[in-house]
Amino acid sequence: MKPLVIAGKKFNSRLFTGTGKFSSGKLMQDALLASGSELVTVALKRIDLKNQEDEILPYLNHSQFNLLPNTSGVRNAKEAIFAAQLAREALETNWLKLEIHPDPKYLLPDPIETLKAAEELVKQGFIVLPYVNADPVLCKRLEEVGTAAVMPLGSPIGSNSGLQTKAMLEIIIEQSKVPVVIDAGIGAPSHAAEALEMGADAVLINTAMAVSADPVKISIAFKMAVEAGRMAFEAKMGKSVKEAVASSPLTAFLDEL
Amino acid sequence: MNSFLNVFEQNSWEEVKASIYSKTEADVRIALNKKKRDLEDFKALISPSAAPFLEEMAKLSRELTLKRFGNTIQMFVPMYLSNECQNICTYCGFSLDNPMRRTTLTEKQIEKEIEVVKSYGYDHILLVTGEANKTVGVDYFEKAIKQIRPHFANISMEVQPLDQDEYEKLLPLGIHGVLVYQETYHEDNYKFHHPKGKKSNFEYRLDTPDRLGRAGVHKIGLGVLIGLEDWRTDSFFNALHLDYLEKTYWKTKYSVSFPRLRPYADKEPKVDMSDRELVQLICAYRIFNEELELTISTRESEKFRNNIIKLGITTVSAGSKTDPGGYASNTDALEQFEISDERTPQEVASMIKGQGYEVVWKDWDQGL
Repeated sequence: MKPLVIAGKKFNSRLFTGTGKFSSGKLMQDALLASGSELVTVALKRIDLKNQEDEILPYLNHSQFNLLPNTSGVRNAKEAIFAAQLAREALETNWLKLEIHPDPKYLLPDPIETLKAAEELVKQGFIVLPYVNADPVLCKRLEEVGTAAVMPLGSPIGSNSGLQTKAMLEIIIEQSKVPVVIDAGIGAPSHAAEALEMGADAVLINTAMAVSADPVKISIAFKMAVEAGRMAFEAKMGKSVKEAVASSPLTAFLDEL
Repeated sequence: MNSFLNVFEQNSWEEVKASIYSKTEADVRIALNKKKRDLEDFKALISPSAAPFLEEMAKLSRELTLKRFGNTIQMFVPMYLSNECQNICTYCGFSLDNPMRRTTLTEKQIEKEIEVVKSYGYDHILLVTGEANKTVGVDYFEKAIKQIRPHFANISMEVQPLDQDEYEKLLPLGIHGVLVYQETYHEDNYKFHHPKGKKSNFEYRLDTPDRLGRAGVHKIGLGVLIGLEDWRTDSFFNALHLDYLEKTYWKTKYSVSFPRLRPYADKEPKVDMSDRELVQLICAYRIFNEELELTISTRESEKFRNNIIKLGITTVSAGSKTDPGGYASNTDALEQFEISDERTPQEVASMIKGQGYEVVWKDWDQGL
């Protein structure tokens, strides 16, 4: 399998993970280690740098994990830029998952504010991975302002409903010059495999792992599904056809000439 | 200008009540089987006809909560800053006509309270007062918030309703959420229970969440005081209010609490709500609104709280004192109401962890 490179950094695993909703820090760590994930996103608002007994950070202190701070909770570009600066200082990384969702109900990202913030953050030296709706034009605009990847959603965050935005994701994958990470909505390993088979460069999973009855086991299942999907993509699958094709009825006459 | 009053006036209390009580088991089944529920479904879920479906409702409520909030419970604690109050509320310990000693915390006293509350591990705090605008008005809040802000990740307020420009002044100082309970949506009964003081203005109170929404607050907390009126009808109006607010102020988050009147000074609530009914109401809210934060306070008993954790609740207080200065020194004589669950925050946190949940102390940041 080809490793994935984002902003010059190589990832052997194409499974990115989130850190919310787990029943304990220890279980989160076990699940993330089992998943093989090398990039884990963590919400700035959840970590407590002043407290030694923080429920998340000590469990992410492992050579397998690279941290991807996110701006969850902010409602506009101004707040996002401020949060990004705090995160960079606190976690000592310029990698950033930019998420701006002013709508607290469905947590859908604001395209206008996201583009504004991305442009500014790139100028400030951040490696920006923006969470966006599956909008091909927006993804190209983000690529133009210099984001390191784009992270379109498969379906609303936490919904576990799979790739409901498939038609748009296909266009994004086809057009993108930066890696495409499908983020949000992936609820089953089969969804993850489907995303990689389509040519997505990676997926990001959180809820489906955290609220499973056996987070470690399902993390392994996701790991396998992502690998299977990627290998199938690299191997190039045969096209699915509805009926058997026996000969070449349209061009057979050429043999008789 | 947007106002819930326009919506409110289109709904008669008696008609709503009759409609809730006429819901059938078939209506409940329809509500349970739908993908998304509307206000009519909510009526069915809180109706007496839903009683036989309680176990099924609890199961669904639990599943939906898990999906949205994961295996986590958020902790917060109230800090009472003052028990001075110019209102008469027939059910409240702080009522003007209750001859209790009154106090408003000084800077020094607040400092001591912060110290104790922080030592429990809290990072989310709720500031509470009565209504005494001259002594505990915007200027007092401004000073208190500036003092408290550096110590907590997340601050909410449950104080007298304010004007929009006053909210606009306080919110940027670091106020995340504001809780304002309508107490009851029954206008006549409201006037009976609030005969004197600024609070007697039903419409000003009803309009408060609109002023908050316009001021751009992050979170609004709603609720009715259970025990004043028919809880089903009051809860429907609360849900109607929530529905209106969500659609109007779509950038704001919402929470609902379920304060059941606690006895104080030998007075008993007018309307009784059983534990079964409270579970029904909590589950009904969750099934109606999957994203809503649902809070349970120390008004409820230890046993009830232990069991309700898994059924839809997302936010819990523990070790609460309802008297100003109560954390640093024991001043029971000043309290608003007696709490029921008297366990320490650590004991409650262990109970929550024991049920397979992560206890979340911090889910916001001073920088945000």
